[in-house]
Amino acid sequence: MTTETSTTPTATPLAVTSHRPVGPRTWVATAVVNVVTAVLGVMFLVPLLWVVFAAFDARAGLKLEWPGTGFSFDNFRAVLTPETTYRPMWNGLVLCVGSTFIAIVVATLAAYPLSRFETRYKRPFLLTILFSTGLPITAIMVPVYGLFVQLNLVDTIGGTVAFMATTALPMSIFLCKNFMDGVPLTLEEAAWTDGASSMQTLRHIVLPLMWPGLSVVTIFTFIGMWGNFFIPFVLLLSPDRLPASVSIFTFFGQYGSVQWGQLAAYSVLYTLPVVVLYVLLSRRLGGAFNFGGALKG
Amino acid sequence: MATLTRPGAPSGPQLRRRTHPVRVDIARALPLTPAVVLLLVFLAGPILWCVYAAFTNTALTGAGSGDTQFVGLDNFRAAFGSEAFGNSVVLTLVFTILSAVVGQNVLGLALALLQKRAAKVVRTLVGITVIGAWVIPEVVAGYLWYAFLAKDGTLNEVIGVLGLGQNWLYTLPIIAVSLANVWRGTAFSMLVYNAALSEIPAEIEEAAEMDGATGWARLRHVTIPMIKRTVTTNLMLITLQTLSVFGLIYTMTKGGPGTKSQTLPLYMYEQAFSFSQIGYGTAIALVLLAVGGVFSIVYMRLLRED
Repeated sequence: MTTETSTTPTATPLAVTSHRPVGPRTWVATAVVNVVTAVLGVMFLVPLLWVVFAAFDARAGLKLEWPGTGFSFDNFRAVLTPETTYRPMWNGLVLCVGSTFIAIVVATLAAYPLSRFETRYKRPFLLTILFSTGLPITAIMVPVYGLFVQLNLVDTIGGTVAFMATTALPMSIFLCKNFMDGVPLTLEEAAWTDGASSMQTLRHIVLPLMWPGLSVVTIFTFIGMWGNFFIPFVLLLSPDRLPASVSIFTFFGQYGSVQWGQLAAYSVLYTLPVVVLYVLLSRRLGGAFNFGGALKG
Repeated sequence: MATLTRPGAPSGPQLRRRTHPVRVDIARALPLTPAVVLLLVFLAGPILWCVYAAFTNTALTGAGSGDTQFVGLDNFRAAFGSEAFGNSVVLTLVFTILSAVVGQNVLGLALALLQKRAAKVVRTLVGITVIGAWVIPEVVAGYLWYAFLAKDGTLNEVIGVLGLGQNWLYTLPIIAVSLANVWRGTAFSMLVYNAALSEIPAEIEEAAEMDGATGWARLRHVTIPMIKRTVTTNLMLITLQTLSVFGLIYTMTKGGPGTKSQTLPLYMYEQAFSFSQIGYGTAIALVLLAVGGVFSIVYMRLLRED
């Protein structure tokens, strides 16, 4: 990429008249960049297209094919039944809303002292949290199952919600703290002078100012929960308690020949909520990926 | 960016660093309690239990189910002596290095760099597609890639004309699941690098350009050093995430054919839940945690040295 383009982040419409002449080399380089990027994009797109096309194709197989004459909503009609779609979706919703709610409330409370006060335990605590964001949850599923057997929590929604919330906590605390750091301290100091407690300032001053950030964390957490397969797969047993992430796996395993079109249709229905949430979130997410500044202290 | 801060050393202006009496520390840390309790009960607790149970013969059925006994290093001796375990350690390392360290990391950085210079419409469309692959649930991604790589799937349809068609999930299962994981996980690295690149002041790159540095030299000597901290943090996060991938591989191959794509999480699942050997399964879990720990320590070292 030996480029000499005139496109800088601060480029104005007048860039053409900039001090550097726009030569043929620049034009070629820009074209190469665009083509390479587009080719990579297509490589990401092709596997994705199958699920969309197959969902609307009554004769869908494993091959990527335009539905054409096979176009129909039959696949959706076939899977939109209580046991295939509605109940697993509802179960998933209960699990995700419950665990997201717990995770956000607990993370906000935890983020407040981490963002506002300086103590000697803060840095080790934050480092532990950073470590835990990447902790292979898969590795502790066996002991967690053992713990759940001891506590009689296997196959309970409550236990699963509590554990799922905990797995989301490190990341939520981390993101919450980052967003909270963005709320200036001066407003709170005024409130403290007036005699407000720290919890009062959190509720009446900090939270209203960080709603955008908090909604990012909430949606982010929810998306993570919605797609989670292993936790409910291990901790829940009754078919009527399984969320969509697990039932999609077991339901289609029970039949000799897989109805690929129906599997695709169900996949589309199951994916739709996270796509919608992600679209709502996408414009605000930039700040969440700035891990570099996260450990400044 | 915290490129200049260094753990351990004083960082930036120490505005509010005063030493408080311990009592103030405790009062202020009170809102942390629910988080600490949950993390202790459901994360630290199981990890400690992991350390204990790995040395016992805990089992759901058979000898260890009635009375659990301390068996010392038997589980580890059995694991390190077993071919299946060695196989899964190698596969885990192949999967992690191929799909995370190389695949997601390099492709994510490349996409972020390309996007910076690409036309807006290309940038937006490619961004949406890559993120789309990341957003969809793990199991759905597994089915997508199963369909894509199957014998009568899309890939063979495309390259079949070249006579290269084969059942990829049977011939190259670990490569197949690695590809799927690159596809699924690259968006995360791309977003992380997008954020990091956008914080590099334009003047610095322009100055290097004025000095006649070519694209490659600029990347090596200006861009990469400036985002080094982000690279390390990103590598740590994606390595640990990839080490524990289960659903994707389980939907695509179930670890097969045979044990050709049975990474540590799948081996652990099979031993603990299919064969009910909880003690042995926990020993494997402990190895998995240790592998993650080793990777973390290496990355933390790198972070400290920059």
